[in-house]
Amino acid sequence: MPAVREEMLDVRSDEDVVRVRQITRQWAVGLGFSLVDQTKIVTAASELARNTLIHGGGGSTRIEELRDGSRHGLRLTFEDKGPGIADVPQALRDGYTTGSGLGLGLGGARRLSSEFDIVSAAGQGTRVRITRWK
Amino acid sequence: MLDGKPPAERIPILKLGEFLLVTIQVEMHDRLVMTLQDELTHQIVRHRARGVLIDISALEIVDSFIGRALGNIANMSRILDAETVVVGMRPAVAITLVELGLNLDGVRTALNAEKGMALIRRSLGPAGGLDAGGS
Amino acid sequence: MADHRSKLAAIVRQHEPQILSEWIDLLAKAGGRGAVERAEVEAHARSFVRLLADAMQADDSGGIDGPEWTKVRDMLTTLSSSRTRQGSSPTETATFIFSFKQPLFTRLQGEYRADAEGLARELWTATLLFDKLGLLTTEIFLKSRDAVIMRQQREMLELSTPVVALWEGILGVPLIGTLDSERTQVVMESLLQRIVDTGASIAIIDITGVPTVDTLVAQHLLKTVGAARLMGAECIISGIRPQIAQTIVHLGVDLGNVATKATLADALVLALARMGAAVTRTVPRA
Repeated sequence: MPAVREEMLDVRSDEDVVRVRQITRQWAVGLGFSLVDQTKIVTAASELARNTLIHGGGGSTRIEELRDGSRHGLRLTFEDKGPGIADVPQALRDGYTTGSGLGLGLGGARRLSSEFDIVSAAGQGTRVRITRWK
Repeated sequence: MLDGKPPAERIPILKLGEFLLVTIQVEMHDRLVMTLQDELTHQIVRHRARGVLIDISALEIVDSFIGRALGNIANMSRILDAETVVVGMRPAVAITLVELGLNLDGVRTALNAEKGMALIRRSLGPAGGLDAGGS
Repeated sequence: MADHRSKLAAIVRQHEPQILSEWIDLLAKAGGRGAVERAEVEAHARSFVRLLADAMQADDSGGIDGPEWTKVRDMLTTLSSSRTRQGSSPTETATFIFSFKQPLFTRLQGEYRADAEGLARELWTATLLFDKLGLLTTEIFLKSRDAVIMRQQREMLELSTPVVALWEGILGVPLIGTLDSERTQVVMESLLQRIVDTGASIAIIDITGVPTVDTLVAQHLLKTVGAARLMGAECIISGIRPQIAQTIVHLGVDLGNVATKATLADALVLALARMGAAVTRTVPRA
């Protein structure tokens, strides 16, 4: 689906993760999302951006505004060229951890989004995409 | 604890009698969260604090990293014989947290600092802070 | 070499008074359900013609999405939204646009009397343009109607999930009907906001009016309890009918450590006890 507008953000440091949160919130507010929905998507963005930084070794975030007929949406794509996830279904199950805490937050991000998809394999990097429709 | 960081990089910890009050007012990046954990444990010991109040009323989101940090702070404090209460969570944040499935088990919460202190006092017992050993 | 550039903008400007008066007459004749005063119609018409001429002059590509057309689009958005609120049908609002074609075409015929090809070209350009503008007003109508429907749905949901202050510090949430995920969101938002407003520390969630409690409904209940807890309020679930209790056990639903009571009355007694209060009878039972 073509985006109405988009922006790319680097995710290479702690501060970048904060910036992803701030920019996501700005876009969500601009699209008129309710406060709860804003909080959900910004939280999901925070989880996934952190994953990109810590597990993916750094990468990028693309933010897009979508329009499908009369509904508006916000789509975020997190991409890295890191080690990738060998067992994706396992990773989506809560509690899966690579040793640095409560897990990859993937399951949580999925629950907070309208749409979620992930492409990843060992040694092939990771791409996670979430969409929240208004 | 001087570590060469600029003032905005440290979160102030206030001493209120036997309580420590931390008010988080800035957008925290992960390093800052770790610094806070470190500082708090040091301050609990230094001031022999029995209660820690973490005011998150200015936080617009609480993700799994911050949630984990709050849990760690609660556990570390308990080991140092202090009770932690997180106060002022925003409704939107609470709703998102339950959706996220983040448990925050072991982290006590209260609506505001006043209720938080009352909660800690209640759990410290009628002696109010004087631990007669064995609680 | 013939100049094939559109002369629409110039024609509109040149014949503005006649076009306006013919158009306003047509609009008045069309009438309509909505109570739109003639003076108001005239004002809108006048404003539209000016903006239209400016936009056509700045951009004669035939599209209406460019920045040159922003003022026209904004004006039509305001017009369409207010007409919707006043009760006009989308046809009436679109007629505002389409009826402009007649006076315009009359002028075009005059201007291109000796040039059939030119006339055909201009008529086509104008038709396409006004079709787009008319469709725009319809789209705007639909969007505002969607917004009204959504707002009404929300209000119905909120009305059906009231949060009542049972006592100082004790809130009651009587749930009526099925507890789906959307309803749960509304319940959580209302309950948490009331907790903030009243500083309540106990919420009694009464499910007498909830027909079935399956694993999904139980999940929603536990989510609500969890959210209230994060705000420093403990929950008591009351109104558990015998069948519900059986279903819960059979399904293996785990209500965790949430207190449960069969009736709202029992739950209230428990809540009062937790608050350090008690109910005493001052007049002996007859």
